[in-house]
Amino acid sequence: MDFGNIIDAALSQALGPQAIVFALAAIGLNIHFGYTGLLNFGQSGFMAIAGFGLAVSVVRFDLPFFVGVLIALVTPVLLALVLGVPTLRLRADYLAIVTIASSEILRLILGAVEFKDVFGGSNGLTGFVRPFQDLNPYSGPLDLGIVSWSRSDLWSLTVGWILVALGCLLVWALMRSPWGRILRSIREDEDAVRSLGKNVFSYKLQALILGGVFGGLAGLFHVLKQGSAVPTDFNTTFTFYAYAALLVGGAARVLGPVVGSIIFWFLVAGLGELFDQLTDGSGVNLPTWLMTDTQASLVRFIVLGLGLMLLMIFRPQGIFGDRREIAIDAR
Amino acid sequence: MPANLKRSTGEAATASLVDVPRVPGAPKPDPIVKGDNITRTFGGLKAVDVQHIEIQRGVITALIGPNGAGKTTLFNLLTGFDVPDTGAWSFNDKSLAKVAAFKVARAGMVRTFQLTKVLAKLTVIENMRLGATGQRGEKIWSAPFKSLWGSQEDEITARADELLERFKLDAKREDFAGSLSGGQRKLLEMARSLMVDPELIMLDEPMAGVNPALKQSLLGHVKSLRDEGRTVLFVEHDMDMVREISDWVIVMAQGQIVAEGTPESVMADPAVIDAYLGAHHDTDLTELDPAELEAQAEAELDAEAAAEEAKE
Ligand SMILES: Nc1ncnc2c1ncn2[C@@H]1O[C@H](COP(=O)(O)OP(=O)(O)O)[C@@H](O)[C@H]1O
Ligand SMILES: [Mg+2]
Repeated sequence: MDFGNIIDAALSQALGPQAIVFALAAIGLNIHFGYTGLLNFGQSGFMAIAGFGLAVSVVRFDLPFFVGVLIALVTPVLLALVLGVPTLRLRADYLAIVTIASSEILRLILGAVEFKDVFGGSNGLTGFVRPFQDLNPYSGPLDLGIVSWSRSDLWSLTVGWILVALGCLLVWALMRSPWGRILRSIREDEDAVRSLGKNVFSYKLQALILGGVFGGLAGLFHVLKQGSAVPTDFNTTFTFYAYAALLVGGAARVLGPVVGSIIFWFLVAGLGELFDQLTDGSGVNLPTWLMTDTQASLVRFIVLGLGLMLLMIFRPQGIFGDRREIAIDAR
Repeated sequence: MPANLKRSTGEAATASLVDVPRVPGAPKPDPIVKGDNITRTFGGLKAVDVQHIEIQRGVITALIGPNGAGKTTLFNLLTGFDVPDTGAWSFNDKSLAKVAAFKVARAGMVRTFQLTKVLAKLTVIENMRLGATGQRGEKIWSAPFKSLWGSQEDEITARADELLERFKLDAKREDFAGSLSGGQRKLLEMARSLMVDPELIMLDEPMAGVNPALKQSLLGHVKSLRDEGRTVLFVEHDMDMVREISDWVIVMAQGQIVAEGTPESVMADPAVIDAYLGAHHDTDLTELDPAELEAQAEAELDAEAAAEEAKE
């Protein structure tokens, strides 16, 4: 067994572009679910609409790249308004249903043959990230011995982690403010907040928009680091993995979603490589009745799911969560 | 405190009501709330059916009546937490029918809940701060910059600390509200609603579940609210409490107002004894010992809590 390879695979994913996409999406979900108690099950929809917002603007409408980026950040705001205005006055579950449905609808529309002329069908769109790559100041790849990244990954990482850091800074600043206090109060009891003269609907909408924009940033970053916008990248499992990352790190904590995403990808990649090596027919191998090489990449998710269950049972507040916030019964 | 609040006293409050006829829906000399034809049905049940109601400004009005009389529902309607089938009402001559709950609170009409709604996972002081209105830091654009709201937050905190001291909660300042006892939660909820600086404060069973030692101080607090110029409307089961602090009593039964008057006149009214005392027909409530009353109130509260839970 080659532990070097396992650590390499785990670390390059945990600190790599994919973890950044998850971290950004999970920061958004943290604003929604962690702080405000809104159940957004369609974060992938916010990602998709922003990613394609950029791609379509540049590829189909020949708009300048930075105008495309701007459009990409406005589209999640519009989506949040469309989803939030009709549902945020209703019970919490309405938002959950509407968000999950809308994200699927978006994904299907974006991949539909009928709209191939606009969205590129199942292959999606490419050829819109040139200006992003042109800004790359690095001259070559980075090799840290144990992990290494290509020149273009290095640029993505720089931009991505700066975005994550700025996002965390913003969330920290907002959540220590009276505005954040209202969100945390809404999570617990909307009526109490209303009785004190606060427009609960407006605050929920603001939270939905802000978290949605972080989802949009995740989508934008995803298409940039990948160089293409592909509809199937934005399916609902993405949203649930992002939730898993959030819960691992700890909801309602500023760094929870970031640490959660890093750990999540460390485990996904590390376990993947480990099981690969244990089933590849050379060196130490698991008996085939236990696991075959084709099963290896799936088993890691079973193991992860199990781990998540154990975490929820023994440490429901996540790694960073505040035990007291969880332990106290509201009644 | 709003400029239009005038300090008042028990005598002044009583004096303002001497000429008011002791009949249901009686007009008052200076009503802060006026309502007409307010109805609300649940299925076939007419939970509230109020022809006319007026609440006198600057006095303590008790709203009493047996369980299920519609007191809480009336509170919910007046404060925008529920929508009536019919009806119109005004607060300070401004119509508040079909106005959102948060706007009602901002207008100066703030209520507490029968089942307390303290925010268990916020500390006591954070609960208090939440109550302050007009906070600059509640606007999303200024929220990230503490320099824009920090000084206001300090003022709010100072005001909150004063109230906590007054309500003897200062020792609990940094505790999570979820760790408070039932009585302390009632106190916190009342103190928090004062952060809104309301003209009219509506308390739904403020004494329920409060231990006898705390009750006396709670009574003092309610009186002090009137004495600093606020109007108080409160729901209560404990007749001793009602007799001791209210200037006026409105009796509801089966959704309707069945009697009104001073505490003495109302409690002597055979219709009230009939409607309100119901099952305790032959016991004089006032002669029950406090522990028994307590147990009774607890039992009722528990039953309603269970009903509430079942509904959810
Ligand atoms: N949300 C509701 N749905 C159905 N029935 C209700 C609801 N709220 C109150 N009721 C009914 O309306 C009546 C009045 O209730 P309530 O206002 O809570 O009485 P009170 O506060 O005087 O004890 C009761 O019969 C109660 O069961
Ligand atoms: Mg009630």
